[in-house]
Amino acid sequence: MSPLQLCLAFSSALFAVGLAGALARSNSILVLLGIELMLNAANLNLIAFWRFSPHGSPATGVVFVVFAIAVAAAETAVGLALVISIYRHQQDIRLEEATRLKG
Amino acid sequence: MNTVLILIALATIGAAAAAMSRPSLLNCVLLLTLSWTGIAAFYLWAGAEFAAFAQVLIYVGAISMAVMFAVLLTRRGRRDFPPRKGSRSRAAYAVLAGAAVAGVLLAAVARSPLAASPAPGPASTVRELGGQLMGPHAAALLVVGVLLTVALIGAVVLAAGAGPEKPEATR
Repeated sequence: MSPLQLCLAFSSALFAVGLAGALARSNSILVLLGIELMLNAANLNLIAFWRFSPHGSPATGVVFVVFAIAVAAAETAVGLALVISIYRHQQDIRLEEATRLKG
Repeated sequence: MNTVLILIALATIGAAAAAMSRPSLLNCVLLLTLSWTGIAAFYLWAGAEFAAFAQVLIYVGAISMAVMFAVLLTRRGRRDFPPRKGSRSRAAYAVLAGAAVAGVLLAAVARSPLAASPAPGPASTVRELGGQLMGPHAAALLVVGVLLTVALIGAVVLAAGAGPEKPEATR
């Protein structure tokens, strides 16, 4: 396997771990962390393609990753605020309990 | 060169998998911090020092602390939030789904005609990166700044909003 393929396999495995975690756990904080892992796996892909592209421009991959990390940070802040808000309303952060919007 | 990459990958994936399977939330967060550090090590290996710096600063430093605070704020006891009855079968289905996605992705990676021996990658210095951010990507940088500000204000409003227990009555 070439290094690029190894990097892509690494990021695929990390994405699958994040997906399994986000689907398996009912604690909303852990679901959020699983989504963060998937975002990180996407960032790994960006860096890998930037590093091993034959004629890439100087800093494109890093710029992409920096913006993606900033958006992920914003997403985490809002997600944790939602978790705390859910906890204040029903004293529980398990997703099975957050059924108030259920039709 | 590949050995280092494989070691980093194994450590990162192992920490992430352990984090996703531990029952204790605090253990999960600490193991995930280790996994994020492994990703920063990968960025260093790939020559993206600034991305590694941002990863350590934002994920290992800030997000892990914010998640830790959320865990402690929503904590109820030693065995907080015990799993429900159907959670074991759901975990099995989730692992199955994850394995299926990993199989599809790995097969796609293995079959793709990617370059076997890549050229030495582009070198990037912080000066170049700054030039790129302030030159061609200046508008995107402003938009991200506005997004972060709005998201943080929204998070504060969401988290500080009055709950059902009427805080005025307790004064």
